[in-house]
Amino acid sequence: MGADGIGVAVRRKEDVRFLTGRGTYTDDIARPGQTYAHILRSGQAHARIRSIDVSKAKAAPGVVAVFTGADMAADGVGGLPCGWLVKNKDGSPMKEPAHPPLVVDRVRHVGDQIAVVIAETRAQAKDAAELVEIDFEPLPAVVDSKDALKTGAPQVHGDAAPGNLCYDWELGDKAAVDAAFAKAHKVAKIDLFNNRLIPNAMEPRAATGDFDPASGDYTLYTTSQNPHVIRLLMGAFVLHIPESKLRVYAPDVGGGFGSKIYHYAEEAIVTWAAGKLKRPVRWTADRSESFMSDAHGRDHHSHAELALDKDGKFLALRVDTTANMGAYLSTFASCIPTYLYATLLAGVYTTPAIYVEVKAVFTNTVPVDAYRGAGRPEATFLLERLVDVAAREMGMDRVEIRRRNFIPTNAFPYQTPVALQYDSGDYFSTLEQAQKAADWAGFEARRAEARKRGKLRGIGISTYLEACGIAPSNIAGALGARAGLYEAATVRVHPTGTVTILTGSHSHGQGHETTFAQVVSETLGIGIDQVEIVHGDTNKIPFGMGTYGSRSLAVGGTAIVKALDKVVSKAKKIAAHLLEASVNDIEFKDGKFTVVGTDKSKTFGEIALTAYVPHNYPLEELEPGLEENAFYDPKNFTFPGGCHIAEVEIDPDTGVTKVVKFTAVDDVGRVINPMIVEGQVQGGVAQGIGQALLENCVYDKDGQLITGSYMDYAMPRADDLPSIGVATHTTLCTHNPLGVKGCGEVGAIGSPPAVINAVVDALKDHGVTHMDMPASPQKVWSVINGAHRKAAE
Amino acid sequence: MPQVSLTVNGRPVKVEVEGRTLLVQVLREKLGLTGTHVGCDTSQCGACVVHVDGKSAKACTLLAAQLEGASVTTIEGVAGADGKMHPMQEAFRDNHGLQCGFCTPGMVMSAIDLAKTNPDASEHEIREWLEGNICRCTGYHNIVKSIQAGSAAMRAAK
Repeated sequence: MGADGIGVAVRRKEDVRFLTGRGTYTDDIARPGQTYAHILRSGQAHARIRSIDVSKAKAAPGVVAVFTGADMAADGVGGLPCGWLVKNKDGSPMKEPAHPPLVVDRVRHVGDQIAVVIAETRAQAKDAAELVEIDFEPLPAVVDSKDALKTGAPQVHGDAAPGNLCYDWELGDKAAVDAAFAKAHKVAKIDLFNNRLIPNAMEPRAATGDFDPASGDYTLYTTSQNPHVIRLLMGAFVLHIPESKLRVYAPDVGGGFGSKIYHYAEEAIVTWAAGKLKRPVRWTADRSESFMSDAHGRDHHSHAELALDKDGKFLALRVDTTANMGAYLSTFASCIPTYLYATLLAGVYTTPAIYVEVKAVFTNTVPVDAYRGAGRPEATFLLERLVDVAAREMGMDRVEIRRRNFIPTNAFPYQTPVALQYDSGDYFSTLEQAQKAADWAGFEARRAEARKRGKLRGIGISTYLEACGIAPSNIAGALGARAGLYEAATVRVHPTGTVTILTGSHSHGQGHETTFAQVVSETLGIGIDQVEIVHGDTNKIPFGMGTYGSRSLAVGGTAIVKALDKVVSKAKKIAAHLLEASVNDIEFKDGKFTVVGTDKSKTFGEIALTAYVPHNYPLEELEPGLEENAFYDPKNFTFPGGCHIAEVEIDPDTGVTKVVKFTAVDDVGRVINPMIVEGQVQGGVAQGIGQALLENCVYDKDGQLITGSYMDYAMPRADDLPSIGVATHTTLCTHNPLGVKGCGEVGAIGSPPAVINAVVDALKDHGVTHMDMPASPQKVWSVINGAHRKAAE
Repeated sequence: MPQVSLTVNGRPVKVEVEGRTLLVQVLREKLGLTGTHVGCDTSQCGACVVHVDGKSAKACTLLAAQLEGASVTTIEGVAGADGKMHPMQEAFRDNHGLQCGFCTPGMVMSAIDLAKTNPDASEHEIREWLEGNICRCTGYHNIVKSIQAGSAAMRAAK
């Protein structure tokens, strides 16, 4: 292990610019001649637009242009596409209603884009937008997905999606499940709602479109996790601009968590408008605008049943879920409650028969798509709550019932009944490590001590895994993905021996400029100050799929390793020539090429220079230069997971729940930088605790977004959270050369059920068997005081 | 339009503003100091924290017109003239107190004020002080560690 190599907690290279205020975020970029766009958004959840009059707005001071959906449609602009085709139970395709960047004749959610006002200043654009006159015919709205399926519910897309149904999908073996339930000793049931969340990355979304009339080149600067994907979707399907004339540049991006994956309307609007005006068009969301336009997360209603034998072995699981898509299909919305959810319902258990039904439904709310974990938090919450319920009904210890059903450590590769095959894992070790670190054994004494102080303590556990490192393209394609899911890398060695890596991955907080450099440093034996990681600009980088689904090291890192292998292979041939030896006798170690058994050697730097000044060089067999590409398509998903334990203390007078201790022991495969892994898990756990206790996106029955700003949406602050203890246990991924599994989302996946299991444990003497998230003070207080009232009667 | 004269990072500045122009807009749009960020519109997230006359303040909630004669320090003005980072900046780097970097300028400015105001702050006091600085990436664990280390380093440097 070198000083900057794999396994070292190297301090981040990118920090200097962020700490000194020299980051380049999209709203930091000024363009000569720039104009500012303000999007006029619907204040109604559902309405027909009878007419729009923009004449007064157009005449307002500083206004350059005002465009509506009619203008875009007349110019042949296409709708925003969905990237994953899910099929119904009968094999027919899902419904894909039109999704225009600016609405044509109907608004379908509060926040829906009606028009764009472009002016010389932001203030002038906002002022002018108030002069747009719209004649609305209000329509009834529906916000809950189960209500939307009822007969007589308001229809969000009319005939384009009858009954508001997008698809009715299934996975698993219904007959085997029914047979198992018929023989069950006990059936544990749960009804739950996985609450709707707003990702709220701290940087609001922004997009700047630019057009150069001299070259005909378009540029889009955007807060994206995947610039090539945006270039493809926007260029091919929406604006019909060839890739060779379209550059998409995602510079420093202030957090994503999934919300910056999608191709959003504003990206198409500013790019198209820049072409029309031949001037840059800048747009940046206000935070309250983000609340009603960034894709939301979660929002699943589920009913689940677990069949057990008399020893507490799981015989079968059946799940029925209704998933809210919102008013339109966002880019990956359709695969979140299907292929990223149902396939996780075996969890870490040997349940032999599983059957899942999922209905995806349109409502008059903001579109829903992936948010940190994307389907896996929903699956894990359902499973880990249901297992706790089953333990209680069987009179079994919560930990023992889990251990009894764990996949044994010698059972890998393990084929689940829901499509996935796990490569490696050791659930016993992470459980044991976590219990020790959390002092599980000492808890009852702490509960008793708290009771003396008038407080209610509870402890909760979640043993889980997830599937990430997305994904093998052929499997994804067979399941309906409309894209490949490989990753690209170029290793460009410079004549003086420094290296530039062009990666299709994108760093928006994950620290790739450091961790990827560590991989290069370890392989080539050069310091990380000699390595530059370049990402985010489609003009520089071969086609990559970007960063989400905890794929960057597993897929992006492997692409770099493969390109490095090609570089080392070529470098060995050059070394062999220089050292007058056979290439089979050349060993490369610690940055030196040595003839085995001798002290004849050349440094990496000498080889690099020779490649570019090929005077003593095998030109008949080898081209000059030292630069290699690789595209890596993963062979399987990766399966990190582990054990999370939450200890909570509830104040019965206020209902406030404090997490007094949180322990996470995760298996993320090989750890490249332990400091970064810890940070990723801590951040994920904070979001999971946020979901469990604080955060909730609330609509009223008329579709008004009640939680429309940080005034009403409870973001976790520093004094809401404890210190978060993180440890890792490693079983290597068997199918990528780094052995990495990914760590970006595990924190948000394992933690919510650990917290709610703890809350239920704290309240068990009050007759609580389940509580939906968030376990707010009002909810908790009501339960405690309801029980007290009953006791007094 | 009103004219305002103030000092920013030690340099005298004179700008023409509207009555409604916020300090953060002057910094980002007129002075090119884009290190101070806008993360919300309800004065809660703290990405815009700067120092005004030595105390931390939210630049999104100050009208430029009310700052005649004020001395403003932004994140760009915190490192030494030789480019060496401030001990609090070093502490954030050393303790992985940032990930995406967007909340970081406001977080560092807030932390420096805390270290001056309450050099021996307990973990609880640090977490309470940070109620006005929201981070979505780190879960605050390493931010607290960074502030403890940065505070100690600032004390030692005196």
